[in-house]
Amino acid sequence: MKKFPLLFIGIFLTVAFSFTGIVLTSQIQYGRLKPVAIEEGDQRYPREPVGLAQQGNTVYISLGCLYCHSQQVRRKGFGADFERGWGDRQTVPRDYIYQKRVLLGTMRTGPDLMNIGQRQPDPHWHYLHLYDPRITTAGSIMPPFRFLFKKQKIQEEPSPNALKFTPGYHAPVEEGYEIVPTDRCVALVQYLLSLKLDYELPESRFTE
Amino acid sequence: MISTTSGTIVIENEVESVKTKLKLAEIDASMRFPVIFFITSALVWLGIGTTFALIASISLHASHFFPNWEWLTFGRVRSAHLNAMAFGWGNNIVFAVAMWMMVRLCQTKLRFPWLMITAGIFWNIALIVGIAGILLGQLTSVEWLEMPRYVSPILGLSYTMIAIWGIVSFLYRENSHVYVSQWYILAALFWFPWIYIAVQTMVIWFPARGTVQSITNWWFGHNALGLWYTPIGVAAAYYLIPKVLGRPIYSYYLSALGFWTLALFYNWAGVHHLIGGPIPVWLISSGIVASVMMVIPVVVTAINHHLTVVGFFDHVWHSPTLRFVVFGAMSYTLASFLGSAMALREVNVVSHFTHATVAHAHHGIYAFFTMVMFGSIYYIMPRMLKREWPSALLISLHFWFVAVGITLYVLGLTIGGWIQGLEMNNSQIAFIETVKHTIPWLISRSVAGSLMAIGHICFFIHFLWMFMSKKTAGGPTLFKRAGEEVAVK
Repeated sequence: MKKFPLLFIGIFLTVAFSFTGIVLTSQIQYGRLKPVAIEEGDQRYPREPVGLAQQGNTVYISLGCLYCHSQQVRRKGFGADFERGWGDRQTVPRDYIYQKRVLLGTMRTGPDLMNIGQRQPDPHWHYLHLYDPRITTAGSIMPPFRFLFKKQKIQEEPSPNALKFTPGYHAPVEEGYEIVPTDRCVALVQYLLSLKLDYELPESRFTE
Repeated sequence: MISTTSGTIVIENEVESVKTKLKLAEIDASMRFPVIFFITSALVWLGIGTTFALIASISLHASHFFPNWEWLTFGRVRSAHLNAMAFGWGNNIVFAVAMWMMVRLCQTKLRFPWLMITAGIFWNIALIVGIAGILLGQLTSVEWLEMPRYVSPILGLSYTMIAIWGIVSFLYRENSHVYVSQWYILAALFWFPWIYIAVQTMVIWFPARGTVQSITNWWFGHNALGLWYTPIGVAAAYYLIPKVLGRPIYSYYLSALGFWTLALFYNWAGVHHLIGGPIPVWLISSGIVASVMMVIPVVVTAINHHLTVVGFFDHVWHSPTLRFVVFGAMSYTLASFLGSAMALREVNVVSHFTHATVAHAHHGIYAFFTMVMFGSIYYIMPRMLKREWPSALLISLHFWFVAVGITLYVLGLTIGGWIQGLEMNNSQIAFIETVKHTIPWLISRSVAGSLMAIGHICFFIHFLWMFMSKKTAGGPTLFKRAGEEVAVK
């Protein structure tokens, strides 16, 4: 193989082949999906994310949550995603069309979060869990995100968001003070609560 | 008559070989500063990457003992580790080793070495900024592309300024024969910018809609290994094994077959990272087919290397370069077989989403690529500094610590990950129990990582020592044979 042009054409064609086959074909096949309704005139899904939840999404990205938590549900019978309650149906490409950055994830050091908003709808659970995962889940190896909280003096009344520790938990907080989530933390929890697989799509109905 | 003729031929051959050696020495001299620059940068990043690796590994089983610092959280530190290793250690060492092989094989001196060094300085500055960005919270959460997007144009530009010299050297080559290593290097130099620009465009700058992003992401992520680090690792093995043994590679035909099948199949394999995911099934199937077809280039290359070495295994044992390179080449075969197996749906349903994937990634990038690069450094540095490695003992320590470390790493995490996968697929077992059962294996990873870190420290000390030492006589530093002196011809 002495001829540069021949070698180069081969090198070019092999990568062009996979780029066309994998990337461009996908873009052509389903790069323009739109939300759809099951029946004509119904609410169309997926919903566009709004407000605080979207800010929370950037916190999720900047903390690298994706490296331990996936956001994809495999079909019933392929793994135990369905049995574990991670989603009542398989997720499909259309579920992700409003994600500016698609956060499928490839690791489940922690559980899948595609449906966490339905599984744990209580924001206070999330605050405690983020402050110290072992309060809500004994044996968890998730790092504590205490830097998402601040200690402040209690004004006339305790804040509604203030952490309510379980009895016996040694919280580093003095009498007259409370620990509250920062704005970033509130946004992050709103984002987590917005992750709900509570709608059906024509191509993916709830599994029996 | 016959004896006279053959005598003349021997003398002519010797004259030829002296000429070649002189020429190679001249070429080496032209590469001296760029190669030393890139190897030193690579080793600094290896140290940084190792530190982040240990922090990330320990934080998975002891995060509650960590201070409450945001930049120290697992997601950030593991991303800093990956980028420091991939683009700091990996790319710098590729620049050094691939460029050195290229100019040597082209038998032409490197033109404008200072331009390459300048570009290299920019590459490293962009990396420092990018990794600081990750730690400060600007990470993108796109696997293999965590650095904030503003550094990518600088990385791209400096990459081009470095890689272009590989192609220029090739075009100005002074010998007509093109060796197999040159195909791999040329291909890698061309493939990497293609996949990097494509993924930056379609995922970061102008994001495609929905999971087209994920497909592009993994097409890049897997090809960074398959079309960038792997070709250079294979090229180095193809260059160094015959070089050290002083005998030609077994088969030209097998080399060509191995190269073109790798080029064809590796390209398509990346989709196996999304098996069961929300993408078209035909894409997943094509990814699985390509992953299984990878058996062909891997077996072909393994046979070719093996038949070159066969009968000379004592050299493998005694040459530091060969010991590392052959360890790497064998790991390439093993890791690739496991990779093909893990792409099968029946296996993937267990191994996907678990630590077994992490084990596999390190099997490829460390046990294969990094070990081959260590071997290459042991071969190159004496030719750059015109002096020998000062201590066979330190090389031996380096080898054993990293070899035992990476073996323990891969074994522990593969077993732990497999158990994790089996348990995760059994909904009778609570999820938190599956997490708890991974902890012993995560600890084994930290132990393995510490061993590798000790190996790296031995290497760093030795590297610094080499700059200060003056050992030029007595031949190359080899491992001791029974009853012989350390330095043997």
